Amino acid sequence: MNLQRLTAVARKESLHLLRDWRSLTLALAIPLLLILLYGYALTLDLRNVPTVVWDQSRTPESRELLSLFHSSPYFTVQGYHENYAGLQQALDQGEAMIALVVPGDFSAKVHANKPVHIQILGDGSDANTSRLAMNYAANIGAIYSLAVTSEQMQQKGQGKLKQPIELIQRSWYNPGLRSQNVLIPGIIALVMIVVAALLTSTTIAKEWETGTMEQLISTPLRGPELIFGKVVPYFCIGMIDVAFAVIMGKWIFDVPIVGNTALLFGMSSLFLAGALFFGLTLSIKLKSQVLANQLAIIAGFLPTLLLSGFVFAIENMPMPLQFLTYIVPARYFIAILRGIYLKGIGLEILWLNALFLAIYAMIMIMVANRKFSFKLE
Amino acid sequence: MLQRLYHMLIKEFLQMLRDPRMRVVIFGIPVIQMTIMAFALTTDVTNIRLAVLDMDRTPASRELISAFTAGRYFRVTHSLFSQNEITPLLDRSEVQAVLQIPSGFAKDILTEETAGVQLLTDGTDSNSTAIVQGYAGYIINDFNDTMLTKRLARKGITLSPLQITTKSRAWYNSNQESHFYYVPSLIATMLFIFSLLLTSIGIVREKEIGTIEQVMVTPIRGIEFILGKTIPYMITGYISMSFMLCIAFFVFDVYVRGSLLLLYGLTGIYLAGNMGIALIISGSASTQQQALLTSFLVLMPSVMLSGFMFPVSNMPDPVRFATICNPMRWYLDILRGIVMKDVGVTALWPAIAAQTALTVTFLTIAIGRFKKTLS
Repeated sequence: MNLQRLTAVARKESLHLLRDWRSLTLALAIPLLLILLYGYALTLDLRNVPTVVWDQSRTPESRELLSLFHSSPYFTVQGYHENYAGLQQALDQGEAMIALVVPGDFSAKVHANKPVHIQILGDGSDANTSRLAMNYAANIGAIYSLAVTSEQMQQKGQGKLKQPIELIQRSWYNPGLRSQNVLIPGIIALVMIVVAALLTSTTIAKEWETGTMEQLISTPLRGPELIFGKVVPYFCIGMIDVAFAVIMGKWIFDVPIVGNTALLFGMSSLFLAGALFFGLTLSIKLKSQVLANQLAIIAGFLPTLLLSGFVFAIENMPMPLQFLTYIVPARYFIAILRGIYLKGIGLEILWLNALFLAIYAMIMIMVANRKFSFKLE
Repeated sequence: MLQRLYHMLIKEFLQMLRDPRMRVVIFGIPVIQMTIMAFALTTDVTNIRLAVLDMDRTPASRELISAFTAGRYFRVTHSLFSQNEITPLLDRSEVQAVLQIPSGFAKDILTEETAGVQLLTDGTDSNSTAIVQGYAGYIINDFNDTMLTKRLARKGITLSPLQITTKSRAWYNSNQESHFYYVPSLIATMLFIFSLLLTSIGIVREKEIGTIEQVMVTPIRGIEFILGKTIPYMITGYISMSFMLCIAFFVFDVYVRGSLLLLYGLTGIYLAGNMGIALIISGSASTQQQALLTSFLVLMPSVMLSGFMFPVSNMPDPVRFATICNPMRWYLDILRGIVMKDVGVTALWPAIAAQTALTVTFLTIAIGRFKKTLS
């Protein structure tokens, strides 16, 4: 491999990129957009679940219970209805996700200390939200019943009724359970796969499709020089994007990096190398930009989004799929990112993940070089 | 005109399906992807790995632990002896939660003081953690209720503590299975990704390799060219949607509860809108790379802000307002409405109206701009 020829290719590719300002802008704008989206708009935290109520009881007791729902940050009471048809309509049209039905004998049963059932109807078509919301609603019910019982005991002169067990819940690494703290580190993986795999998937195929590959073949250039030279500018863009993500995460979204920032960049470059050569391999093998693009999305972007533990925890997936995630490099990278960002751990724990990333990058570099034949067919 | 369009369509279909790899990309991959993803997208949290640090070691503390393991949610994988063991376990993600019972727990229970118990959770997956905390709260509430009843009985008071049990029922999806929720959303996503990318790149490809000039010297007119380019992708969109609905039925037991006819009709409006966006993109892009990136710039926010993974009601107001011009958001409402809730035009009319308005807008802009590009 000749370094001079390699730099010449890198320069040519950089010029292509610089001249095509639109692609360049997009390569930097897409990551920004992703970070802003995940930082501002997207959250899995459950707040303000739209709720409708049918209060059949209409007593001070039932209003007291409902006031707990009014004051809870999890629920927003949208309106009151007088029959199931009204509740059904609200759920059908998606105006509400939860419907509460307080039975007519609510107040009587509360005074008689008999069990009361409150009906909670959830829009199960959004299983995640409705399950969480139902849990919260059940907890509000428990708070109310403890308050009422305790009050009644006091009236009977039994003294204050104490709660037998109090559960103190603390979440480590992310005390407020902010979903930004979890999503922003994951974004780095997503941003890099978008920029790296998608951009490189077109490069070699483009030379074949437009016929400029023949001109390159006639020069003294060798295969590996072309491959490595092509990757250089995209590598730079990828690292700039990582820096964007880190800076925006820290200054705009207040996501602290507990661990070592240098390690973060080192690991990112490892993942980036794997992703770049993955895109390049597709481009080399398929010789068609459309096909290479599609495969980069299918085999690169979508698994990184969905099979990496970015949003959906791997532990909760069915077994066969959990095995499948072992071949998704983003799985290792996201574990590393969260480890560095939130847990502040280093290679002493993450070495296995780092090793897998390195192996993946090596394999991709080898495959790209082997598949590339610098000859006319 | 019809004859020219017919020939154009034949050319397009031949071009599109000539490459066997392309056939796989168009028909096979969306279906396979949908199947895999539907299995992956699950928020059902079970088998939570729990470590227990029981510093009390009494029958009472063991009773509490067994209350945790009784359901299908928690499973004790580690029994700890000291607090020093907690950090490494959570650092290495070997457990998702640690239950810490202090010494003196049994004594507090006996003397009817409130006994504090701690649950430490790994906050690096905030969504699962919220669910884990919900389960734990539930278990403790239940435990408290039983214990209070016992205490009162011991004092000879027949009065049982008031129990407000919530009878929860999830409509439309009584088992609250995530599959059921995500399958329709995945269909919408796959249709969006494939129709947008394939169409926009397909047109720009002709520009980039120069064959568009050959088309332009033929007597074909602008509108015929547009129809010829888009109809094939509309048809393949319908075909892959039908495949996906079959998979949804046979693999996931998700069937269309509402009117199939209405679903197909409204899907047509959705696909046509996507074609409009694709045309706008391809009108301004000159290389396939540009078309790809621009499509992506549109795709990402549309998918993310559609309510697919992140509920629209959780978004901040300005963003929620902006989702009005997101065609996928409306299509998701329509798809979920027809597939899961069996509702018709009466309930869906706002979504249908918005969808139609968007499609008409996109197509008008697209045709206007495209004619200019061609001339």
